[in-house]
Parts: sequence; structure tokens; C-alpha cells
Amino acid sequence: MYDKGKVLLGLAIFLVLALSVVGYNMTAGDNKKPEPEDAKLKGYTACVKKTDYMKSSHMVLLNQWRDEVIREGKREMVETADGSLMVEKSLQNGCMKCHTSKVKFCDTCHQYASVKPYCWDCHLAPVEPTDGKEAH
Amino acid sequence: MKVLRPIIAVIALIVAGGVLGMSQGTQMLVGVILPSIAFLVLIVGIIRKVIDWSKSPVPFKIPTTCGQAKSLSFIKEDRFDCPTSKSDVIVRMFLEIFLFRSLFRNTSADVKSGDLPKLHYGPSLWLWLFGILFHYTFLTIVFRHLRLFTEPVLPGLALLEYLDGFVQIGAPVLYQSDLIFMGAITALFIRRLIMPQVRYISLGTDYFPLLLIFAIGATGMLMRHYFRVDITAIKQLTMGLVTLNWANPGNIHPVFFMHVTLVSTLMIYFPFSKLMHAVGIFFSPTRNMANDSRAKRHINPWNDPNIKPHSYAAYEDEFRQFMVDAEIPVDKELPSASAAETTEEVTA
Repeated sequence: MYDKGKVLLGLAIFLVLALSVVGYNMTAGDNKKPEPEDAKLKGYTACVKKTDYMKSSHMVLLNQWRDEVIREGKREMVETADGSLMVEKSLQNGCMKCHTSKVKFCDTCHQYASVKPYCWDCHLAPVEPTDGKEAH
Repeated sequence: MKVLRPIIAVIALIVAGGVLGMSQGTQMLVGVILPSIAFLVLIVGIIRKVIDWSKSPVPFKIPTTCGQAKSLSFIKEDRFDCPTSKSDVIVRMFLEIFLFRSLFRNTSADVKSGDLPKLHYGPSLWLWLFGILFHYTFLTIVFRHLRLFTEPVLPGLALLEYLDGFVQIGAPVLYQSDLIFMGAITALFIRRLIMPQVRYISLGTDYFPLLLIFAIGATGMLMRHYFRVDITAIKQLTMGLVTLNWANPGNIHPVFFMHVTLVSTLMIYFPFSKLMHAVGIFFSPTRNMANDSRAKRHINPWNDPNIKPHSYAAYEDEFRQFMVDAEIPVDKELPSASAAETTEEVTA
């Protein structure tokens, strides 16, 4: 082997970089997927769409609502998935009514997947609900 | 058509990934086992190749000199195009690796028509441009993927994602790097097809990685913007890969498994293909050597140590009589007695 020192140094750097991700996660500890908090249904029996759809495509729905409400003035109510009650087409006054906690509902998955939606650039995040036990 | 077989191969890989990704049982095979093996092949393959390369001696000092070498003090030296010191070589290598400088220097000759047709030499930068865009956006994309392989997510990735999605088009946000990446790889592929001289020298192994990487980008973008797969389920799977805690959470769309199959193929293919230029650049004797052969003697490593250097003076000492007899001019004449003899012969 020629230039042994240089070649081995290069290989060592390569190996450290390639395996650093494994090492990082070993020291980082818990990496379980967090579960978002269940909705606290307030007078509703279902969300506006099925869970599978909401899981993958809620951002599309929210964008669509934003465009309809802000740009076209279509503020009519939306039916829930089981066709019962009507929900207000609004993040703050619609979604967050049942999903009361931004931290426990939105942020759990968003943090896990490193997604930083810009909803809250304009919207006011709701006041985090305090559990009865914690608040004296 | 040399491009046909690579196209068929990539389509076959996409189909295989999609089909195997459809049932829970085979998902484990293509989503967990295949990428794990592929990663091992990539690491071990690169190390083996590097060790193999490092066993090859470099018999000659062969840096490409593209400028004025170090000379007299009043002649301007071109330090990075004809490096004479180690530090200049490092700068030259840095510029080559990070800015693709030798591609940037590419020129083309063409005939401009006018009153008189005129030969015209000019820069030819398209290959450099698409090449550098492709490589840097690919790097950005690889870094961005680390969000799926680190928990808590690596600091700094959020800023990278923010900057990459700065224009905030759509939801999920469109990344500029994705668009530039797909544009650049398409341009690099089309370049091979439409330029006759490049097409003539292109082989299946030139088309295959381009098509493979294009398919990786396409399935990746489809996953994000069209099928909108369940990212948290995917992160469960990918975190399982890097913590050796293998799991298949289920409910992952088959397009994810197409993507993983293609990426695994790329990793397996990498150490055995032209893609090794990523490592080979460090082993290029025309780039990594200093042009100092007049200052330092370069020893050919395979020289037989028993063969001693034989100077011209020693050579002449050995063969002077024969040379004189054959009337070959010599630096040092024969001893005087025989010298007189020779002059007599000449005059006679």
C-alpha cells in the first residue's frame, strides 16, 4: 500500500462520517414515534375527513380552505366525514375546537418529522389547555 | 441503442419495488433488508476499492500542468494550475472537488459564419453548470433526508429546510433543490442523447446512473407532493434501520418502496461503477501531485533496488574504446597513447 498514512486517514474520516448517524442515534436515546393527542370531540362525532386522509393530506385541505375563505370569500360550513354536523372552515375556530392543544396534537408529529408549517406565522396559537389535575 | 437497456433496467426496478412494496410480508424484504445490505455493500465496496487503488504504484510524476511553472523570479507563476508545493496542490484539489474547476475550463471551437468564416474558441460551460447544480442539490437532498434518520432531528436541518422551501409554494412546501436537481439531471441526460460526439462515446453505464437517479428524484417528489405518504410511519421504519431495531409499521404507500429499491440499487451499484469518481478524484495522480520533478527526485516504486543508477560518465567509461572505434564523439578522450593512435588512423 502506498501513502498508507493518508489513505488510512481518508478511510477513517469516511467511516466516521458514514456511521455517525448510527452513533448519533445511539447517544440520543429515546427515538420512539410520539402519538398525537386524541381529539376532544365537542358536539361532533367525526372529523371532516377520514383519519387516513387527514394524516397524509391535512395540509392540502388547510391550504384549500385558506384559499377559499381568504381569496374567494367562501365561508360556508363543511360537513363532517360521517355526514352529521357542520364544521367552520377555520383553523382556529374549526380544527382547534376539538384538537385543543397545538403542542400535544400538531407539534408531536411535526417535531418528529421536522416539519415547520407556517400556519402560526399569522394565526394565533390557542392557549394551551391546562389539565384539571395540574392546575390547582 | 445503448440507452434502451438502462431504461428497461430502471423500469424493471421501479416495478419490482412497487410490487414487493404492496404486501406487508415483502415490504420487510425491500424496505428493511435490502437497504441494510445495500448500505453495507456501499461501505465495504468503497473501502475495498480504495485499498485496491492504494496498492497501485505511481511510476511517474505526471501532474497536468495547465499554466506557467515556477521559474525565474520575474516570470509570473501560475500557482494553482501548475502547483509546485504541497499547499498549492491542496488548494488545486479543493478547487477541483468543490468547484469542478477543470470542467469550468472547458472550451469549444466552432466556425462563425460572416463575410469570412472565422474559427472561434470560447468557453463551454453547460456541462459544468448542470454538473455543479446536480451535485450540490443532491448533497442538499441527502442532508435533508437526515431528518428521517436522526431523532431528535439534527440541529441545523430545520434551517436548511426553511431556506430550501423559502418560496413557500404549496403544501407540503416545494423545495427549490428538488426542482433544480430534476432539471439538471434531465439536462445531463439529454446532453448525452442530442450531442452526436457525446452520444457516440456514451455507454449503458453512462445512461444507467442518470436514469436511476432521475427515477429516485421522481419517486421522491411523487411521495411528497402527489401520494403524500405517511411521513411518521416512514420515519419509524428509517429510524429502525439506523438503530438496528428493524420494524415495519405498515400502512406505507408502495411508492416509498419503489424509492427505497432504487436508492438501494444506487448504493449497491456505486462502488462498482463510474460513480466512484467521488473517491477516485483523491487518487488522480494528474491532480494530486506537485510539479516539482526538477526539485525532488521521484522514485518509481517498482524499480529493482539491485539495478543501480548508471550515469553517462560511467557509461562512457565502460564503452569508450568501442565508441571511439565507431567514431562516436566522446566527452573524455582515451588515454594519450591510444589518442595518438587514433589521430594517425584518421589522418591516414
